[in-house]
Amino acid sequence: MESEIRAVDYSAKSTYRNIKDKLFLWGVIVVSIITISPIVLIIGQLVFKGFKQINFSFFTEVTPSTYEAMTAIANGELIPGGIVNGITGTLLIVAIAALIAIPVGILIGLFLYENKGKIYANLIRNLSDILQGVPSIVLGLIAYLWVVKGVTQGYSALAGSVALAIMMLPLIIRSTEETMLMLPGSLKEAGLALGVPYYKVILRVLIPSGLSGLSTGILLAISRILGETAPLLLTTLGNPMINWNPAEPTSAVPLLIWDFYNDPNMADLIWSSSLFLMGFVLTLNIIAKRIAAKH
Amino acid sequence: MNNNIDIVNNPVLSIKDLSIAYNKADKYAVKDINVTIKKNAITAIMGPSGCGKSTLLRAINRMHELYPDIKTVGDIYLNEENIMKMSTIHLRRNIGMVFQRPNPFPTMSIYDNVLAGYKLNGIRLKKTERDDIVERSLSNVALWDEVKDALHKKGTFLSGGQQQRLCIARSLAFQPEVILLDEPTSALDPIATSKIEDLLVELKKNYTIVMVTHNMAQAARISEYSMFMYLGDLVEYGKTKMMFTNPRVRKTEEYLTGKFG
Repeated sequence: MESEIRAVDYSAKSTYRNIKDKLFLWGVIVVSIITISPIVLIIGQLVFKGFKQINFSFFTEVTPSTYEAMTAIANGELIPGGIVNGITGTLLIVAIAALIAIPVGILIGLFLYENKGKIYANLIRNLSDILQGVPSIVLGLIAYLWVVKGVTQGYSALAGSVALAIMMLPLIIRSTEETMLMLPGSLKEAGLALGVPYYKVILRVLIPSGLSGLSTGILLAISRILGETAPLLLTTLGNPMINWNPAEPTSAVPLLIWDFYNDPNMADLIWSSSLFLMGFVLTLNIIAKRIAAKH
Repeated sequence: MNNNIDIVNNPVLSIKDLSIAYNKADKYAVKDINVTIKKNAITAIMGPSGCGKSTLLRAINRMHELYPDIKTVGDIYLNEENIMKMSTIHLRRNIGMVFQRPNPFPTMSIYDNVLAGYKLNGIRLKKTERDDIVERSLSNVALWDEVKDALHKKGTFLSGGQQQRLCIARSLAFQPEVILLDEPTSALDPIATSKIEDLLVELKKNYTIVMVTHNMAQAARISEYSMFMYLGDLVEYGKTKMMFTNPRVRKTEEYLTGKFG
């Protein structure tokens, strides 16, 4: 008798558990859908609205004038021209920013790793965290003051690069320090046990071993600054032509999006430029994640 | 207290009044050690966790210098030459070290791992010299036949036991006089362990080996001399056979019979 009662008890409990399990599963599915839907909707919207403007000339020609765009729309044609001045400008600005921020950031990151626990290292780490919270428009103002007014005597790609480099710094510092902390200490000892001087152990053992972590951090930092608009409005201004001179005003893809937004004739180009920028950032992110996953 | 009763003639290493503290406020982690180490023999350092055995071993090639807080007093002589006054590169070329966990350089191939000591120190060698060193070192650790067709694969592709033998080969590349091993088999399975033990017995013909182990059976199997340390003191030092059959100090006997540790 007793065992029968028990059996009934268990099956009731197991039904209850099954229901709980199903409820939880569906809860997780719903929450996951809510989480991924913004990105899916954004990409869907960009592809839907921007795809038709993406063609060969989009990548090879400079931005059209309002008049050209207006005529094309009136005739029911695609807007001519492209955003190559923005693409080259973005490449130039981001490349200079990376050239400034990567060596400085890695050196500071190594310094923090070597001096962990020391007061001045903690101070630098905290300041770097605060730097990460500085609004990008403020960095733009600072770069305007220092570089536009002080160095290039006019709007320039260099000024934008300085603002973006300051934005990249805390990200690179953090990722360098974290990558170094993840390397086993035995690696450092293995180098030293061979009589290798300390700086060579860092340069030839630790940095190569942490290269995947470092490059992931750098790629994520680059994709973070790629879409920055506010600091560029105050520093690089924009340029209707291709410019490779860092001391001259330069265009950038996010700046063009802002320009297109302010020009009712260019509305279609907003979406295709955004799609391009989004695709670029997404690709960098995927590459960074792949590198990180491989190791 | 001097428990260094068996006299070692013409020792390769002699440690004199060595004491080590982890920082100025701490007590000594290793106290007043006086020992002499026999050439071409395996000397085991035993003792319970935290007794200072690794600390002592790491003092022999001055690994403690990595941490500026650690205070070392006393002297260590390598063939009459005070190692405290040698350059670290010269010292570590003569005294190699192998660690608890295999730690080949993950970015380097097997070939480059063996030559890492030369490469990282910027010592240039001819191709034939390099090939000779790699073949000799890998043959010494009985790894040559297993990896000779895969020399340019990454060292981390090897199994744990093979990686540890690669690390031993890396320290042999300089043809040091002494090899220090810090629990070299504690991360390995029994088969890999027995291979490493056979290898060490083979290597002692040409090298002097000092190894830390907390595996008493291992010390009994392969070592000629043993040190027993407890709370930073060298409790007993002498021929391994003697120590295991007839320990002079009660503490050693208690440890060897498993009363503590």
